[in-house]
Amino acid sequence: MEHGSFKDNSHATFTLGEEDHTLANAVRFVLNQDPRVTVGAYTIPHPSLESVNIRVQTTGDPAKEVFKDACQELMQMNRHVRSVFDKAVTEYKAEQERKEKKAAEELQRQRELFGSMDIESN
Amino acid sequence: MVTKEEKRFAKNFNINNLPDVPNGLPPHLQQTRVVSNSNPLTANASYVPCMGDSVKLGNFYENFKVDVISLTERDMEFDMIGIDAAFANAFRRILIAELPTMAIEKVLIANNTSVIIDEVLAHRMGLIPIAADPRLFEYLSVNDEPNEKNTIVFKLHVKCPKNKPREKVLTSDLKWLPHGSELLRESGGSTSKPKTYTSFSCSQDSLPEFANNPITPSDLDILIAKLAPGQEIELEAHAVKGIGKTHAKWSPVATAWYRMHPKVCLLGEVEDELAERLVKICPNVFDIEDMGKGKKRAIVAQPRKCTMGKGFIRDDDLIELVDLGSVENHFIFNIESTGSLPPDVLFTEAVKILEAKCETVLKEL
Repeated sequence: MEHGSFKDNSHATFTLGEEDHTLANAVRFVLNQDPRVTVGAYTIPHPSLESVNIRVQTTGDPAKEVFKDACQELMQMNRHVRSVFDKAVTEYKAEQERKEKKAAEELQRQRELFGSMDIESN
Repeated sequence: MVTKEEKRFAKNFNINNLPDVPNGLPPHLQQTRVVSNSNPLTANASYVPCMGDSVKLGNFYENFKVDVISLTERDMEFDMIGIDAAFANAFRRILIAELPTMAIEKVLIANNTSVIIDEVLAHRMGLIPIAADPRLFEYLSVNDEPNEKNTIVFKLHVKCPKNKPREKVLTSDLKWLPHGSELLRESGGSTSKPKTYTSFSCSQDSLPEFANNPITPSDLDILIAKLAPGQEIELEAHAVKGIGKTHAKWSPVATAWYRMHPKVCLLGEVEDELAERLVKICPNVFDIEDMGKGKKRAIVAQPRKCTMGKGFIRDDDLIELVDLGSVENHFIFNIESTGSLPPDVLFTEAVKILEAKCETVLKEL
């Protein structure tokens, strides 16, 4: 829901229902990184009501477009986070497997060594 | 009538210029003021400096890094470097409250002669973590019939025989019923097929995911109740999908938390006796380095292990030599899963949920 004015569409307040700090703070951060934005802020009118008001004031561009761009950018950032995380986890798991294999080979080698030593002592 | 003189006097009047008004703190309080860049008295592991330009978007895609420190089936510790606190907190909140899980919601009690009363027993059953992938199930809304796509049915029937000692009821006694509920509903005509409390059209163990691994609780040694000789519990439990926001039993993590990487700096040389004192206060973080000729020096060996205990503040000499703060945009994340999904999958799903929220907002605009 957008509360703005018909004459000047560079200032608007967006009300999101069923949202809280989780999304609002992240959107606010991305919004403030945009150089077109003069005011990017959010408030929660009452903690019992699940609703968030996000205020966007820009240097001329329509507030709705700037807000949409911020949401798109947020989605991009999330995808990037996911890909970097997945890569890091796969690398870690591969590294762990390598270490385990090496440890198992080492154990096997030691067993063979002790096995051969027993035969010699007999 | 106010004269011009009086007006000028009022405009230039500053109460701090009067001779008997003290300037600044009295001398005995001034000595306890801490002199350092980031105030260590208020430094804690979740302190985030004022926003400013800590993370510029342009740099985010190049600078963002993830280092996995440890990863097991239940626990995960990893570092996120180059991200803002708003994101770290968003992920933490989603992990705790908005990732769906399966948990027991309806408990149909046929017989309960134990000392644990019905509602307490049902409450305890709800808190049992269930090792079922919630992505394979759908939500059950009020109008839906419980069927094999949205419900998991468990049965618990334990009786403590007479002349035996007290028996423990553990989660290993919960049996999965892949064919659905076995309790019969009362129906009018005796000619129609008896209806049960769920309407499974096919058995759940015909599905490929459950064919050879039955659904069980995540831990089989959780104590549900204790029975004395002669007492019996017979009940059926239906588990459905839900999120932590509705009730904490649906939270997939024991907890998920993050702290900022500590920044420990020595503002000057800490030698000999002072070094010994410092290492005694925080042996995990500092270490003694031998410089030869009997001189010793303290160095910051493992800042990561600092728990922000600030024990050095009580020492008059050390308080001026140690500076404590947090590294910007470096988050140490810990995720402990309860067993439904491994922690790395949980985090990936949490990021997907944040994306989905953005999409919903974009659609409405």
